[in-house]
Amino acid sequence: MTPHRRRRRALPGLPLTLSITTTGALLFVVTPLATILATATRLSNGSFAAVALNARALAAYRLTFGTALSASALATLSGLLLAWVITRYRFPGRRLLDALIDLPYALPTAVLGLALTAAYTTTSLLGAPLAALGLHVAFTPAGITLALTTLGIPLVVRALTPVLATRPFDAEEASAVLGATRWQTFIRVTLPTITPALLTGAALTFARGIGEYGSVVFIAGNMPFRTEVAPLLIMTRIEEFDDGAATAIATTLLAVSLTLLLVIARLERHAAIRAGLSPRTRQ
Amino acid sequence: MMPTTRATTRRRPTDDAPVIRAALLALAVAIFALLIAAPAAIVLAGALHLGIGHYAHAIADPSTIAAARLTLVVLAYAIPVNVVFGVAAAWSIARFDFPGRAALVVALDLPLAVSPVISGLVFVLLFGARAPLGAWLIAHRTPIVFATPGIVLATVFVTFPFVARELIPAFASLETSVDEAAIVSGATGWQLLTRITLPSVRTAVISGVALAAARAAGEFGAVAVVSGSIAGRTNTLPLHIASLYNAGDSTGAFAVASLLVALALITLAIRWASER
Repeated sequence: MTPHRRRRRALPGLPLTLSITTTGALLFVVTPLATILATATRLSNGSFAAVALNARALAAYRLTFGTALSASALATLSGLLLAWVITRYRFPGRRLLDALIDLPYALPTAVLGLALTAAYTTTSLLGAPLAALGLHVAFTPAGITLALTTLGIPLVVRALTPVLATRPFDAEEASAVLGATRWQTFIRVTLPTITPALLTGAALTFARGIGEYGSVVFIAGNMPFRTEVAPLLIMTRIEEFDDGAATAIATTLLAVSLTLLLVIARLERHAAIRAGLSPRTRQ
Repeated sequence: MMPTTRATTRRRPTDDAPVIRAALLALAVAIFALLIAAPAAIVLAGALHLGIGHYAHAIADPSTIAAARLTLVVLAYAIPVNVVFGVAAAWSIARFDFPGRAALVVALDLPLAVSPVISGLVFVLLFGARAPLGAWLIAHRTPIVFATPGIVLATVFVTFPFVARELIPAFASLETSVDEAAIVSGATGWQLLTRITLPSVRTAVISGVALAAARAAGEFGAVAVVSGSIAGRTNTLPLHIASLYNAGDSTGAFAVASLLVALALITLAIRWASER
């Protein structure tokens, strides 16, 4: 990327650090994926379809991708709002809010699931008023979406705060001085510059949501065909000692989530180029 | 931005209208309260709901102590592995160009896109009683699955890129002339790393270790697959919470959960303090 990086061959340590890194990547990324794929290929096509694409599994995929997608949209909107407030406004408690936004990320998923379930059952503080309005949250797909949204908010906020804090001030000011309304400035000037970061946040939330188990298992109710997500179905098959079925479902889930991640990474690059930024280096 | 003194009192053209500002602020605080603050508060309230005596009893229970000890063992392995790997990955990826560098960066992102349950499944497929290697290890009295090694392996696997992801951008942002000066003056690579590079990215190191520790102590899905949840033996704290909750002891579950809420808050406080 930069010319001086190529000059820096004088710096020692590449062979050692690169071998540690490569060994780590082989042990912890390549071997696991290869193990899953090798096990999956030992299943015949017919039996793969019978266990990975039966009605119960299809219902689980539909629920998993549906709730992850809704949560991704909701977390992106809420995350944008929170990141906006944190970076653009000055108010008492701002720094505390900024620090505590990361709580769902730092909290064990099981604790988050337990906490949300306790808060949103039909007899509890927040769940009872919602139930009176006819909206049951705990033990329904709405509860799964709620848990995944909560997990996604810090991911979106962390993707957005750097770009919102170092925004192109001049462009926004010019737009306003030239007579654009605040809304026009946001849509035409601010939004295009933050779109790559928004997509990153949305993609991370979606990817996280597809695989999430710890929080969902508490709040979902876990009824086959209705509130059973794909990771839970994998868990059930493992507990039944049906490694083949577990692997087949895992392969399907992996294939879909990795494909989507690649597509979204491509979209992100395009958005970055269109916004006139250099493609963001993935952290 | 504006040089005039009036700018502090007058609204700038890029500021939101006061009504919009108040509405957005209220909405943001409401979302935070409903999704993040209230559930955490309910756990703490639920833990103390039957009084401090009951709380202390749940915490001091032998199975809770055993779960806490296992969680500490897991941390003792996961954190050093994470730090060594993270520093090596940041040193090589942030400072050198080599063939396959981009692929390596993508590989580091992959574990975050894989479901924890699938991560756990990998270890069952490799080391479970139905795998040849697993059967051999069990015959030689060193079981991996349903035992501590499996729990440690699964946790290391899940938390593996955390420190690296914090350190790579931090290493990349450092001034290169300092490194060159140090090397030209005769410093070894190790001296450069420990005396100059790591101290200058202290915030990223602390942040990465804190997040890796929080995730390692709280990992549920991957560990649930390989642990078998044997109370007093293969339960980590999060698994113990699930066992208590499923057994109908929600006060006990909240009490143990309150420990992990406290741990998460301490993690955030450490990051907060290191960033000031």
